[in-house]
Amino acid sequence: MTDVLNPTAPARTPPRSTGRPVGSCRGALLVLETMWTWYRRNWKATVFSSVGLPVLYLLAMGLGFGSQVHSGVPGGISYLVYIAPALLPAGAIQTAVGECTFPVLPGFAWSKMYFGVSATPITPGQLLFGELLWVGSRLVVSGAAYLLVALAVGAVTGPGILLSLVFGVCAGLALGAPVIALAASVDSDGRAFNAVFRFVVLPMSLFAGTFFPITQLPAWIRPVAWITPMWHGTELARGAEFGTLGIGPALVHLGCLALVFTVGVLLARWRFRVRLTS
Amino acid sequence: MTSIAASLVSATGLVKRFGSFTAVDGIDIDVRPGEAFGFLGPNGAGKSSTMRMVACVSPRSAGDLRVLGMDPDLDGPAIRARIGVVPQSDILDNELTVRQNLQVYGRYFGLSRAHVRAKATELLAFAQLTERGDDPVEPLSGGMKRRLTIARSLVNDPELLLLDEPTTGLDPQARHLLWDRLFRLKQDGVTLIITTHYMDEAEQLCDRLVVMDGGRIVAGGTPAELISRYATREVLELRFVPGEQAAALTKVRTLTERIEELPDRLLLYTANGEDTLAAAHHAGVRPQSSLVRRSTLEDVFLRLTGRSLVD
Repeated sequence: MTDVLNPTAPARTPPRSTGRPVGSCRGALLVLETMWTWYRRNWKATVFSSVGLPVLYLLAMGLGFGSQVHSGVPGGISYLVYIAPALLPAGAIQTAVGECTFPVLPGFAWSKMYFGVSATPITPGQLLFGELLWVGSRLVVSGAAYLLVALAVGAVTGPGILLSLVFGVCAGLALGAPVIALAASVDSDGRAFNAVFRFVVLPMSLFAGTFFPITQLPAWIRPVAWITPMWHGTELARGAEFGTLGIGPALVHLGCLALVFTVGVLLARWRFRVRLTS
Repeated sequence: MTSIAASLVSATGLVKRFGSFTAVDGIDIDVRPGEAFGFLGPNGAGKSSTMRMVACVSPRSAGDLRVLGMDPDLDGPAIRARIGVVPQSDILDNELTVRQNLQVYGRYFGLSRAHVRAKATELLAFAQLTERGDDPVEPLSGGMKRRLTIARSLVNDPELLLLDEPTTGLDPQARHLLWDRLFRLKQDGVTLIITTHYMDEAEQLCDRLVVMDGGRIVAGGTPAELISRYATREVLELRFVPGEQAAALTKVRTLTERIEELPDRLLLYTANGEDTLAAAHHAGVRPQSSLVRRSTLEDVFLRLTGRSLVD
């Protein structure tokens, strides 16, 4: 009867909300689903940046530069074949760093999409894992596209290259995790990202074994290559393709990648939580 | 009486500190099911910090807080699943369509694809955006984006809706459309918590409100209660040509118990504005213009804090 006396009184109690919290894995998959929704509308803009670069390297260095290289390549294989598997981790790392920097920053700094997500049952940790899943998916797709080109130009010698693809994705995610922690920490201009590309990714791409064995480097600088995820990825990828990978070294290389990844994830989860729930 | 019902949100001695800065300094609130509860205060009063704690995206520094009977520190996801949040600025995905923004968001609440599809269509109608459903978000006007943000906050049929300055930056027509939508939600029994620094908004929407200043609650009650407690029935506003206000102030000082001196006018608090105006004329005061009006929450705020709400 209060309705008649007071028209602003609530008409009825609302039914219970339809929302419910989601499990950890499901939350990350839902973030992945959002990225997929975005990708279906915008994939064209991403094709060149994620597939183009390793393919250009393969053609320019493998076919072009490789035509001038006749000696010094281990195992008597062509230079094109030599670099083909190594470009998988190199390309994956470049793509991963690209995907973990400028596409992530707006979520915190410009469009602030992540703040929208954190108002839902999704936790910062689920958001982070969803983003990493997305980066991993992108690495698989761009690696597979690269493989098709490599196959077409005769740069592939055996099915082991599929394992090289997997190792490439591992290397990409290993470096992607600390980089996404950085992206969750910087202010809005993203200047730090240029430093990452210039002083981490570029030197790594040139000197971590992609284009020549690091045994060609002066002995004192080799330890620098050893700590790069790209070198571990390169050793794994090349070893898988050429059947030279022992189980022991494989575990050591994977262990190093896992270590970088784990430290990166812990840092990133802390940074996501601090940034989104202050 | 509804006050018997369990509180939807209750806080005791709630504190939020950022480093050495205390944004919320020990507030007590109690929001009952089905009411529209307002936080009124200037920028920096601690309204948004309070809202973020209630929305379970900002851990409290001290005190006790219960939302839907649960503790945000322990049950954040379970609480967030059942509330809706309209943030101060529209956080929309500009690279998705209007409809996709609703659907993608709904999925985060554990809702099925079929459910969010149907819900998106329903919410587009509610927000008067049906024709724009498959357009990208970017070209929408400010009012449309705001309505989309509110529609999105309803995707989980929330029991409690938190609105942080819902109409800031909107033109009057867009504001009235939004108010209408909020009234409808209230009729449906949704509990609303609103922050605003607009008095008319607080008077229009809120059953009860608290006035915040400097992280503290300085007063609370229904809009009418606050006005009768902290202001007189009417206000006489006197404007003068520049330079004459100070001289006039000495002449009118004895006319009413309370006078507020603003940079551009004098406010005389009185039971009868016309009588006071006549008395002022009698005392030889010649204002450039005068206005008699009802007291508003703005006057309450001025009384409580010595400052205007919107500077």
